[in-house]
Amino acid sequence: MIPVCRLEDLPKGESFRVETTPPVAVFHTDDGDLYAIDDTCTHQDASLSEGWLEGCLVECPLHAASFDLRTGEPTCLPARRPVRTHRVTVDDGFIHLHLVAEEGTAA
Amino acid sequence: MRTVTIVGASLSGLYAARELRAQGYDGRLVIVGDEPHAPYDRPPLSKDFLTGRADETHLALTDAEETAQLGAEWILGVRARALDARGPTVLLDDGRALSTDGVVIATGASARRLPGDTLDGVHTLRTLDDARALREELTPGPRRVVVIGGGFIGAETASSCSSLGHSVTVVEAAPLPLVPQLGAEMAAVCAALHRRAGVELVTGTGVAGLRGTARVTGVDLTDGRSLPADVVIVGIGAVPNTAWLVGSALALRDGVVCDDGCVTSLPQVVAVGDVAGVGGHRAEHWTSATQQPRVAVTNLLAGRTAETALAVPYFWSDQYGARIQFAGRRRDGDAVRLAEGELSDGAPAEGGFLARYERDGRTTAVLAVDRPRPFMRARRELARGAEEGQTQSVP
Repeated sequence: MIPVCRLEDLPKGESFRVETTPPVAVFHTDDGDLYAIDDTCTHQDASLSEGWLEGCLVECPLHAASFDLRTGEPTCLPARRPVRTHRVTVDDGFIHLHLVAEEGTAA
Repeated sequence: MRTVTIVGASLSGLYAARELRAQGYDGRLVIVGDEPHAPYDRPPLSKDFLTGRADETHLALTDAEETAQLGAEWILGVRARALDARGPTVLLDDGRALSTDGVVIATGASARRLPGDTLDGVHTLRTLDDARALREELTPGPRRVVVIGGGFIGAETASSCSSLGHSVTVVEAAPLPLVPQLGAEMAAVCAALHRRAGVELVTGTGVAGLRGTARVTGVDLTDGRSLPADVVIVGIGAVPNTAWLVGSALALRDGVVCDDGCVTSLPQVVAVGDVAGVGGHRAEHWTSATQQPRVAVTNLLAGRTAETALAVPYFWSDQYGARIQFAGRRRDGDAVRLAEGELSDGAPAEGGFLARYERDGRTTAVLAVDRPRPFMRARRELARGAEEGQTQSVP
């Protein structure tokens, strides 16, 4: 479990890049949901935390590939491979990230 | 329409094939490509592929599953020789004649050559084969590299060579590289990236000739200087591949002349990508090559210009660890305003910047260095402005 930031420090419509290896992007959507996906676009080297957030989709800032935050699946070209999704929880107003690999070892 | 032939199997040709299927075309689809390779992405060739960070599998634009879904007949490694408007028919170098109902021209552009560039050690960088050959020359150890041309390909290649430990000099004929694209003020800022990385930038002088008998040994400049060189990379632009269309009844003028909807002078022939002059603008941008096919295919299937390709031009370049992004149409005389970030010593400061090109109080274009998020917002504003300014559908 990785502490990210206070919920109040990540307003709706904003994102936060967690410097894990590989880095992870945490998004707070306009609807108030939190999602985490691998930060690097599967097409080419670009940070999705710097992308355009619209609903549950994030558009890559370099070539406009789009990913569904809920599933990690690309919704349009040029990306063809999904990004990994990770679980996010909020405890006492603090956002925590649970990496998928970590979950696997815990189970 | 029972047969559509796409001439060109690179980015825009592949996107056209995808669009045809996505828009419901279920007839015969033939894709002709002069290179023997399946469609691959060119931008990494001068960057991650050259430095060895990415290998050929990273370049693939498609995979077996998608290829199977497209259900196309691929004719690779064969050049189209001519287009006969009657029929129409696409004639191939191997003697085949492909009778077709519709044609998508996606033949791209070729690297402009320099007289005498057949010497060993002289390279262009446009194709996978070019990049493989250059990469091989750069692996044995430190070389003296001269890059002719300070445009994006030249700058990116110089950056990659420098990061590999080679000693690099860039020669640019104009007083500054990239002035037509960025304007003098911002071109100077980007030129500073070379110097900061320890790459020498020689400007305002042309190339008189290449030295060497079998292998290149140096570059003679028009100002009388001579630069010793083990490897020379010629990055002086690209010319649209239209030679095969001469005599085809299509209008050619720096590319295939198309209307705003990528339709040529023949309604059953459309053109996309680097070869297409759409509404008087020929862009050599990756993004244009991916956006035009949607409109081109719509119009091809409609048999008329039902939609136009309105996109705001966008390009990016990665060099010396900086990500440069530009969108819009700037004109000489536009005022340039640093909207975010700052410069240090004439170069982008840590954290980059966003600059706006303005005319009559409106933003005409934006340039960012390492500011992807604000850039994206500004680019979207430009696109919205363009949509409001023009009608998207032709009645």
